[in-house]
Formats: sequence, C-alpha cells, structure tokens
Amino acid sequence: MTNLSPTAAGPVGGRPARKGAATRHGRARSRAGALFVSPYVLFLLVVFAVPLAYTLWISVHRFYFTAPGTHVDSPWVGLSNYRDVFTDPVVGRAFLNIGVFLVINVPLTVLLSLVLAAALNAKIRFRAFFRAAYYLPYITASVALVAVWQFLFGTDGFVNNVLGSHAPDPSWLVNSHLAMPMIALFVTWKQLGFFVMLYLAALQNVGRELYEAASVDGAGRVRQFFSVTVPGVRPATTLVVIYAIITGANLFSEPYLLTGGGGPDHASTSPVLLMYQKGIEQGHPDFAAALGVVLVGFVLVISLAARKLTERGN
Amino acid sequence: MSASTTPAPERETAHAANRSRPGGSRRPWGTAAKYLLLAAGAVAFLFPFYYMIVGSLRKTTTGDLSSAVPSGLTGTNYTAVNGAISLGRSLVNSGIMTIGVLLCTLVFGVLAGYALAQLHFRGRGAVFASLLLVQMVPFQLLTLPLYVLVVRDYGLGDNYIGMILPFAINSTAVFLFRQFFLQMPQSLFEAARLDGAGELRILWQVALPMARPAVLTAMLLTFIGPWNEFLWPFLVTKDADMQPLAVSLASFLSNLQGTVANPTGALLAGACVLAAPAVALFLLFQRHFTSTDIDSGVKG
Repeated sequence: MTNLSPTAAGPVGGRPARKGAATRHGRARSRAGALFVSPYVLFLLVVFAVPLAYTLWISVHRFYFTAPGTHVDSPWVGLSNYRDVFTDPVVGRAFLNIGVFLVINVPLTVLLSLVLAAALNAKIRFRAFFRAAYYLPYITASVALVAVWQFLFGTDGFVNNVLGSHAPDPSWLVNSHLAMPMIALFVTWKQLGFFVMLYLAALQNVGRELYEAASVDGAGRVRQFFSVTVPGVRPATTLVVIYAIITGANLFSEPYLLTGGGGPDHASTSPVLLMYQKGIEQGHPDFAAALGVVLVGFVLVISLAARKLTERGN
Repeated sequence: MSASTTPAPERETAHAANRSRPGGSRRPWGTAAKYLLLAAGAVAFLFPFYYMIVGSLRKTTTGDLSSAVPSGLTGTNYTAVNGAISLGRSLVNSGIMTIGVLLCTLVFGVLAGYALAQLHFRGRGAVFASLLLVQMVPFQLLTLPLYVLVVRDYGLGDNYIGMILPFAINSTAVFLFRQFFLQMPQSLFEAARLDGAGELRILWQVALPMARPAVLTAMLLTFIGPWNEFLWPFLVTKDADMQPLAVSLASFLSNLQGTVANPTGALLAGACVLAAPAVALFLLFQRHFTSTDIDSGVKG
C-alpha cells in the first residue's frame, strides 16, 4: 500500500536527454489523474460531505419539510434538538438495543466463524460445497430472508411446531425479551459466511512452523488453537468487532420488517428506525438529524475503543 | 476442538503406521467430528432456503411439520404474488437501478482506481484517505439529509437517478481497482507512455485487459448492494410502479398479504424471485466472489 515511491518522484531518472519530454509527460499525467478522479471526488462530495454538513446544520435548526420550490424559515434553535434526543426514552432503548445486539453478535460471530473456518482449513471433501452454503445468506437480500424467518419463527411457525409445548409464549418475534436477540441472531446467521471466509483467509497467514514449534513444545490441539490460531487471526477479529458495531448502528430492515416496526412496544427498535419514524413518518427531520449526529459520534467512539481493546498486545 | 477429549500422543503412535498425510486419517474421530460440525453448519444455513423454495411451491403453506415436505406442488403462488405486486415491473426497476450502479462504478470507478494507482496529482493522498474513511461511515446515517436533498430539494423522488445516486460509485470497487492496477508492472506503463500513448488509451488498451478478474469481482460485489438494498429505494419510491422488488415485496410482507389466498406461499414465492439472481450469479462465479475482496480486506 505504501510502495508508491518509485514513480512519485517523476519519471525514471538516469536519462538526462529525455528529461524535457519526461516532465511534459509528468504534467500530462498529473492533469489526467485529476481529471480521471474528479467524477469520484464529486460523488464523494455530493453523497457524503454535503449530507454530513447538511445534517449538522439541520440538527441545530427547527426544520420543516416543504414541497420543492417553496421556502419556509428554519430558525436557529441551538442544542434543543439534542436535548430532545437525550431525554427521549425510546432513543435510550434504541441505543441499549445496539448493546444487546453487540453482546450477542460479536461473541457468537467470532466463535462460530473461527470454528467453522478452522474446520474448513483442512483437506476435506465437499469443501467448495460448504463454502458456498455458508456464503449464501450473506449475498441474499434481507427482505427475502426476513420473509422466511418470519414464517419459521411465527406463532404458528415451523420452529414452534417442532418445539411443541416448549415454544416461548408470546412467540419469538413478538416477545419483548426475545425480539431483539432474534434480530441479533438473524444478522449473525446472515453474515456468518462472510466472516468464515475472512477467518479462512486470515488462517492462511498463520505460519505452519508456528504450529510445529508449538507441537514440539508439547502443546496439544486445543492449546495450539488458543496460543497460535487465535492470536494469529487477531486482525480479522478486529474487523468482526468493527463491522458488528457498524451493522448494529445501521439496523433498519430487520426491526422494520422482522419485528414489525421495532416491536413489541419499541423492545427491538433501532436508532436508524427511529430516525425514519421520527424524521420522515412524523415529520421531525431536525430531531432525526440530531439523532444521526449522536449516532455517528457513538459509532466513532466505540469503534476506537474496540480497536484499542482488540489490538492490545499486538 | 473435538480432539480435546482424545489424548493426542498415544493416538498418534497407535496410528503411526497408517499416517500418510498431515491432518488426514490419523484422527478418525476428529475428522468425523469436523464433518459433523461442517454438515450441521450447512443445514443451519441451507434449511431456510430449502423451506423458502418448498413453501413457495405448496398449495397451502402452513407452519406445521409436514410443511417442510414437498407435496402438492403448484405454481399458483407465483401468479398470486405477481398479481399483487407485479413482479415483472418490480424486476425491471431493480434491474435498472442495479445496472445504473454497475455502469457508473465500472466507468468512473475504473478511472478513479487507475488514477489512484498509476497517476500522480495533487490531493491523491486525500482522495485515497477519503475512500477508506467512506467505507467506515455507515450509509444509513446519511439517509435523512440525503432524503431531504434528493427528494425534497432536487425533486428526484420516484426517479431512477434518485435511486441510483447514493450508490453510483462503489468505493470498495474503486479500492479493488486501485489495488489491482498497483500490482501491474510500472515498466509496462512507462513503455506505453514513451510510445506517446495518452493515459486514457493506456488505461483502455494496456491496463483494463489485464484487469478482467478484478473487474469481474468488483462487478459481482457491486451487484449485490443495489439489488438487495431496501432502505433507500423504500424512501425515494412512493409510486408502486417505480419500486424495485425488495421494496414491493416488503410492502407485500407488511400490508398486502390479505389480498391473496395463500399469503405465506405468495410471500415466499416473491422471496425466491428476489433471491434468485444474486444466488445464481454467486453459484456461477463463486471463485471470484470469495478470494480477492476478502484478502484485500484482511491484509489491507
């Protein structure tokens, strides 16, 4: 990634006769570079920079939706939108739900994907089949998978019919204690294949000689797993944690569709779902903008903290 | 992990005679447990797909145990869901949105990736840093201001441009292109430049033909984003004739199911149609899906 230097200083040296031509080429390349990258830069400005600045602006004003072309004043209100966000009990619940999501998703993802990747990382038959099977939910649309899960875990669904009298009451998706864990479980299931592949790739980087050395030192299989494999794939584990935080902060289709709008009684609501409900359904975009800013801050802070934690000792 | 119960050294000496390759047959129980584990995983991943297909083909789709058995198969659920949300129209909308994103990513993403890898211009470091940063910013956080801008200010609601805009250039694809162009030998480009070829020609005739695998991987990765996306098209399309399949199926899921005889079967039929293109592409191009992107993610 950093190995850019040879050409950064300009054309290859040692040929003074060509120097004039070379700098002309250099200038042309610099112009071409700026030109080639400009659509992408424009895209980043329009889709990221401007909305980010705009959301900050909206969050400190009283803002109303208007039809295109009409103009309504948006008076400055300071931090009052933020005060509304911090005093709203449902917002607290939504952030707590990110916590519930992380507590279930992170350990489960790390454990299951590492175990499955370790099992796949040997000479086994049907390897391609297993890889494909694990990856399938990851590439399939949430909406399609939610439809199946809703049916599987419905009150009269397949799972409850299997469990018979052991089925939870109220059922999985309408139970205030189980709705959020079910969302976490759904997302873990959907994304696990991606992380299995991630760990599988990371395992290739763990040197075979480390296992041999550990084996010579008398370490058994389990000991090798914890002393060689687990530290060896730490960068992948850091990625799992960061992805989990981003996914947790981003949940929308799952609470909206799987648990019918964050139900029951907001038990499985999420910040992005609230942004939609408050901002667009109920017409308070200023509240939603402030909530968005708080969410970005929250994601940044806990991502940094998580990175510090998982990379400790590296 | 399963080997934990087995005293490893004794077992190894006992089976030393038929030990041929490492990790192979020398631990029969370990190997069996490994297969059992992998098979259990495969069942957990595949059963919902199996259930989705069987449920979509049954005349009556209920949750009882017999519902997992394919019997009394019929195609009526597909006609029913087609009557409720017009599958064809929705598929066309999904297709236009996805192809728009693919084209923009291919054209502008390749240009940007090539510039970031092989050309030198002021601000290159800043652009690359933004590319990495953007991948960490969850898109959903920007949906509200984007919604205000795109739908309210620019009047692009119920419009393909409005649907495509936030995904137009996939940053992961730009990153992939850059990594790929970076690996190509400098001398190749220098030679072409000394021959007087312009940068666009070098990109088109030298770099791009060699980058085919990266292009394929990037296109496959880019495809699943807009095809599966729900939140953004859900916000920008109110007109049912403009909704992509993920959105119209979701509205069927939340409030249109009462309109058909076998609502669950119809819903699962719609889910099969939505899932099929991505699954088919994945099965066809599996190799390209798995290796490159993830390696670059880990070693990044």
